[in-house]
Amino acid sequence: MINFFSAHWSILQSQFWSLLVIGLANGLIYAMVAIGYTLVYGVLRLINFAHSEVVMSGAFGGYFVLRETVGSTMPTGFASFGYVLLGAVSGALVGAVVATFVERIAYRPLRKRHAPKIAFLISAIGASYFLVNLAGKEFGRYNTALPLVYNNNVAFTFLGAQIQTYYIVIAIVSLIMLVLLDRFVSKSKLGRSIRAVAQDAETASLMGVNIDRTIALTFIIGGALGGVAGFMIALNTGAIYTMGFVPALKAFTAAVLGGIGNLRGAVIGGLLLGVVESLSVAFVDPAFIDVVAFAILVLVLLFRPTGILGERLGRAA
Amino acid sequence: MQKYFRSPFALRLYRTLALTALIALMTGAPGQQQTPNLGLKLSYFQHVSFFGLFVTQRWVVFLALGLMVLGVSELTIRYRPVVRTLRQRVIAGPARIFERRLVKLTGLAFLFLIAFMIPTLVTNAYWRAAMVEQVAVYVLLALGLNVVVGFAGLLDLGFVAFYAIGTYTTAWVTGALPLAPPFHHALNPFWAIPIAIAITMLSGILLGAPTLRLRGDYLAIVTLGFGEIVTILANNLFSVTGGATGTNQIPHFSIHLGPFNYLWGLDPVPYYYLVIGFAILFIAVFHSLNNSRIGRAWTAIREDEVAAESVGINPLKFKVMAFAIGAASAGFAGVITAGQSNFVTPSSFTLQFSINVLVLVIFGGMGSIAGVAIGAIVIQVITMQLDHYPPAGFIPQDLFMYLGALLIVMMILRPAGLFPARRRTRELQQAGQGVGHADEVLTGDVYE
Repeated sequence: MINFFSAHWSILQSQFWSLLVIGLANGLIYAMVAIGYTLVYGVLRLINFAHSEVVMSGAFGGYFVLRETVGSTMPTGFASFGYVLLGAVSGALVGAVVATFVERIAYRPLRKRHAPKIAFLISAIGASYFLVNLAGKEFGRYNTALPLVYNNNVAFTFLGAQIQTYYIVIAIVSLIMLVLLDRFVSKSKLGRSIRAVAQDAETASLMGVNIDRTIALTFIIGGALGGVAGFMIALNTGAIYTMGFVPALKAFTAAVLGGIGNLRGAVIGGLLLGVVESLSVAFVDPAFIDVVAFAILVLVLLFRPTGILGERLGRAA
Repeated sequence: MQKYFRSPFALRLYRTLALTALIALMTGAPGQQQTPNLGLKLSYFQHVSFFGLFVTQRWVVFLALGLMVLGVSELTIRYRPVVRTLRQRVIAGPARIFERRLVKLTGLAFLFLIAFMIPTLVTNAYWRAAMVEQVAVYVLLALGLNVVVGFAGLLDLGFVAFYAIGTYTTAWVTGALPLAPPFHHALNPFWAIPIAIAITMLSGILLGAPTLRLRGDYLAIVTLGFGEIVTILANNLFSVTGGATGTNQIPHFSIHLGPFNYLWGLDPVPYYYLVIGFAILFIAVFHSLNNSRIGRAWTAIREDEVAAESVGINPLKFKVMAFAIGAASAGFAGVITAGQSNFVTPSSFTLQFSINVLVLVIFGGMGSIAGVAIGAIVIQVITMQLDHYPPAGFIPQDLFMYLGALLIVMMILRPAGLFPARRRTRELQQAGQGVGHADEVLTGDVYE
């Protein structure tokens, strides 16, 4: 027993920093997807099951744009930076469009009819199932690699951890998006309308907030972040029609872990989940990594269902 | 000018055009690996024959069809009173006859008679196998999920997990797994039934008890994750489950009672009668459950949990009960499948499976036993026909896409299903007027 632990501790000791970097990078991606869940949850009190397909469609949006624009030679320097930006923007656009369609087709007719909650959940899972199979039909049921837009070599070494360009890309893109989102929700007029609706929809509407427009806005913002996250996942693993499912399930776990409905909670939950999952590689067979996230979800629901920071989209972030 | 672009008719026109574009895409050609946007191009610009009249591009055909549908729906809107009277006179009047007890019982007896005669009527080898594996077993599964979704109003997306546990329990008890069986000699699958029911019920309680205390949607996502976890475990715990290849050593069902010996072999027909027998048992049990104190408690929780709690119903207890009963019936169906097919591999336990069973429940009418049974038969027969004998141009893999679309369409147009339970229909109508389910999902028209 002692031997068992000492062997695992030595793995952890020797690889701690590189595992931490991988965990933080995954965590940033989870955080971006989790924000889509948390925003919609904060406003509608509803889990948007179709969010996994928003992530997937963002990846394909980035893929198509890059395939049409990147030439035969791999871009370097500022050109790489431009292409990553282009892919992220197109992923965000496609993600926002798909999320808006989901809201219009699968949710709005039910909202107008005051359908019970189970109807929303069924409609959501129907939308997810429909989109994943439509994507499988249109894009083929294969893994399509994205064109290389940067040279993914080791940029620098930090405490023994080799930092590849991919991690730098994730860090820059997601930190920009997350900071922009935070500023938007806490400072802008539209962001204030989101918080107002999350706090008290009826009063907000009496104060002149257009509820339908606010709900649509939360889907657009969540969809854009999810689309960018999908694009960044695809940079590493390629795009395939089923790619959204596992990251979305983990992002949901992250959202619950941080306190669903809470934007900063989603970021903290995402980072924490990414790091815990990555460090658990030292102890758990890699095949069972997905089980770790699920176990965390069930444990959080058992012992602290409101998450680390509590549920509070309504209060000023 | 702006008035015309945002008039009700213009909005209906946009909606029709968007839906037509989507349907053209859905029914179009698939994409390829090297040219993934080929499907997109072909869906709109492929040349097709318009009902044999002339050849044109697909988008023209779909535009024409969409405008025709829009025209018909505009007419029904203009003549709404006429349509309403027609519907009441022609459909609702004769339909009311089915509410009489005598007619109901006669219909039921007639259905059972047909069910027993099916094996003599079906001669096609494909259908003889499918009527057991794809129709009868799915009726059992749909009846079980109906207890969770229909009676208790909870969404269970990990139904497949319990089905898998039932199958693997059968393999374990009959000595087909690497894991040593619990008894000295391998048992026949009949003995697996009580064991599988106990194990699936227990796992249902262990999973449900922590999550059912919380809001309803947590259950959906936790069960979704649980379904994935069970598949991952089945795939990777080689020493227990045999890994990705599973096992093909599960024996057939058999009865050894003194001088009476009977072995279910490779012929599907004996299994058909076995499953039908159990289905009748299930229907009787679920029907009486639904009409008992327990069923009334489920209805009360579904309609208004706070009110139910205030009259002394413990919501957690009854929710866990429904969840465990649903889990147990999935486990039971797993035993039947294992005993019939002899093999089990993790690849048959996918999220697709759970959603397909959900479609059966929703289509027939959640909460209505007869509706769910009929709906399951109708959907499974249609999908199996399309899967095995696809019409020209139809890709069997697209079936799942249509099933997903069916879920959304049902929720928008007929949330209580095609053959609805009367109580469910009334609940949904009342919810539309703001009774029950208070402040669950933000409706957006609080100021109207």
